[in-house]
Amino acid sequence: MSSEWPLWEIFIRGQHGLNHRHVGSLHAPDAEMAIRNARDVYTRRNEGVSIWVVKANDITASSPSEKGPLFDPSNSKVYRHPTFFDIPDEVGHM
Amino acid sequence: MPSLPDMTTPNLTALAGQALTESGHVAVPAPDAGQPEFVEFLQRMGDNALILGHRVSEWCGHSPALEEDIALANQALDLIGQCQLWLGLAAEVEGKGRDADALAYLRDAGAFRNLLLVELPNGDFGVTLMRQFLFDAFHIEMLRALKTSSDSRVADIAAKAEKEVAYHLERSADLVIRLGDGTDESRARMQAALTKLWSYTGEMFVDDAVDQAMADAGIAPLPSSLQPAWDKTVAAVLEEATLTAPTGAWQHKGGKKGIHTEHLGYILAEMQFLQRAYPGARW
Amino acid sequence: MYAQMVKSEGSKSREEMTPEELAFQDRIDRGEKIEPKEWMPEGYRKTLIRQIGQHAHSEIVGQLPEGNWITRAPTLERKAILLAKVQDEAGHGLYLYCAAETLGVSRDELLEKLHSGNMKYSSIFNYPTLTWADMGAVGWLVDGAAIMNQVPLQRTSYGPYSRAMIRICKEESFHQRQGYDIMMKMCAGTPEQKAMAQDALNRFWYPSLMMFGPSDKDSVHSAQSMAWKIKMNTNDELRQKFVDQTVPQAEYLGLTIPDPDLKWNEEKGGYDFSEPDWSEFFAVIAGNGPCNAERLGARVKAWEDGAWFRDGLMAHAAKAEDRARAARLAAE
Repeated sequence: MSSEWPLWEIFIRGQHGLNHRHVGSLHAPDAEMAIRNARDVYTRRNEGVSIWVVKANDITASSPSEKGPLFDPSNSKVYRHPTFFDIPDEVGHM
Repeated sequence: MPSLPDMTTPNLTALAGQALTESGHVAVPAPDAGQPEFVEFLQRMGDNALILGHRVSEWCGHSPALEEDIALANQALDLIGQCQLWLGLAAEVEGKGRDADALAYLRDAGAFRNLLLVELPNGDFGVTLMRQFLFDAFHIEMLRALKTSSDSRVADIAAKAEKEVAYHLERSADLVIRLGDGTDESRARMQAALTKLWSYTGEMFVDDAVDQAMADAGIAPLPSSLQPAWDKTVAAVLEEATLTAPTGAWQHKGGKKGIHTEHLGYILAEMQFLQRAYPGARW
Repeated sequence: MYAQMVKSEGSKSREEMTPEELAFQDRIDRGEKIEPKEWMPEGYRKTLIRQIGQHAHSEIVGQLPEGNWITRAPTLERKAILLAKVQDEAGHGLYLYCAAETLGVSRDELLEKLHSGNMKYSSIFNYPTLTWADMGAVGWLVDGAAIMNQVPLQRTSYGPYSRAMIRICKEESFHQRQGYDIMMKMCAGTPEQKAMAQDALNRFWYPSLMMFGPSDKDSVHSAQSMAWKIKMNTNDELRQKFVDQTVPQAEYLGLTIPDPDLKWNEEKGGYDFSEPDWSEFFAVIAGNGPCNAERLGARVKAWEDGAWFRDGLMAHAAKAEDRARAARLAAE
């Protein structure tokens, strides 16, 4: 069997200036084609979008067994979440 | 997802009309435009897009990879959209109460004005890609020139189509290079495709009376004026692809005047079947 | 219909579960999503690979019956809409294969299993599309049935599958509508067009009911998949919902559902309807449907004919990388 096109993870920054967001994956022979395929598969060719592609094999992920130590501490930093703060209604939307 | 943004709006023709009216140009043809020649020219543009779009759409569900299937469908959708604009304008200028669908579905082969190149069968994927590249390299030059057309409606359609076709060319040129400079088999297939299709490239640059009338009216460039840029693009890509264009090959022509290969009749038999079998029905 | 085609591996009571299996089941019961590389029972992984894989296969084989009419669509607008829809199906296949790949199987491996007949796709795509009205019926009924199945799967327990389904459902919202729109046009058209629409409904009604699979009231496999939340409803629940939703839509069109026994049952608040011929269903699944050979043959041909293209691009990418490396070394 011939060699398979590698898998790429696709990250796209939309028009709104938010961070690149993972939108999915696809197969392509190299990075340049992965970007082009991403444009055809995951964007509607809107101007101004930015695409990142990363070979799936090159991503280092936190291992599931570390899930406790890595993520539990931030649960205690509840002040990072906007709902932690009670804002009086009179102040209006914040 | 991979559908065109237009697909969220059900009526492409209405959208196209809207785009034209919103563009700020006053839709007035050049005053001294020869109307029959103008209609003829618009049909050439529309028919190229229609027939090539049709051929490309034949691959849907049959491409070598899913990513390619999706990319090709985008390309076919672009071309069908462009065809609606060009044939819509042709019908308008003609003023006989026809519309783009009537032109696409109710003309016989002899009334079609597309280049022979775009009606050739898809062949293997190499032939499809090479045909696309050779046409894209011509198409982009034509559209760039049309952006300064004396007729604002033509200029507007060209401006929209140019963005799409620039991407088509980027894709097709890159794939020709990669497959030319790929395996022995991919190189052999691309070379065979180039050799087979080369005889159908000359027709793109032949000027006739219609072209002359369009050029005189400032509506469109003389096709022959586009050849140097096309030569340059094609030579650069073929060199990188390690492919060689045939020299002194016989050049077929006739499509622009309505004398086609046998293939067009079959395309139309398929494409026009419902409109012909159920005259007047609305779909 | 994708869960319906799959028998899940193993089915255990809580007493039989290992501590890991118990903890896993508790996570699912709490509504947590299971993510790639997290611990999961082998049966869960295998069942999901089969289900997502067959779902993906159904999308790409599902391109073919409608693709059959792209070149014959009656207007430019219909051609563009149909092409965009069939293209969506390729995209949905792509998303689903990627979701399956997170479970440790490659897309090429899954395709090989499709091509060799070791994995199935939805039986509905083995029926022919004979007229333009079939484009209406497929969109209206087949996509309608698919949506009925896919909407609850957005809440499935496996994260990548759930995310793929969310994207797919969002994109598919226009598919059923475009089918119904075709039917409305045909039914408001000439007598010939209306007859064509009725004929399409006659041919696609029972195969659409079959899409939900045979009754699974007593199936242990089904119970396991439901416990794992990779199947969200029973086949019968979904089929009933589909019938209840579709009958008024057919009435609006002025079309007759080809079932003389169809009637409203006040007591259950739904329609009573005839079962499809399940012997036909099993024959189609076994490979004897009208188009099995054509559909699979088309996929195999596309794959084999495309091998030189895929290989050529890989070879070029390798060459380009070698050249870039050599250039870097020379520069140092």
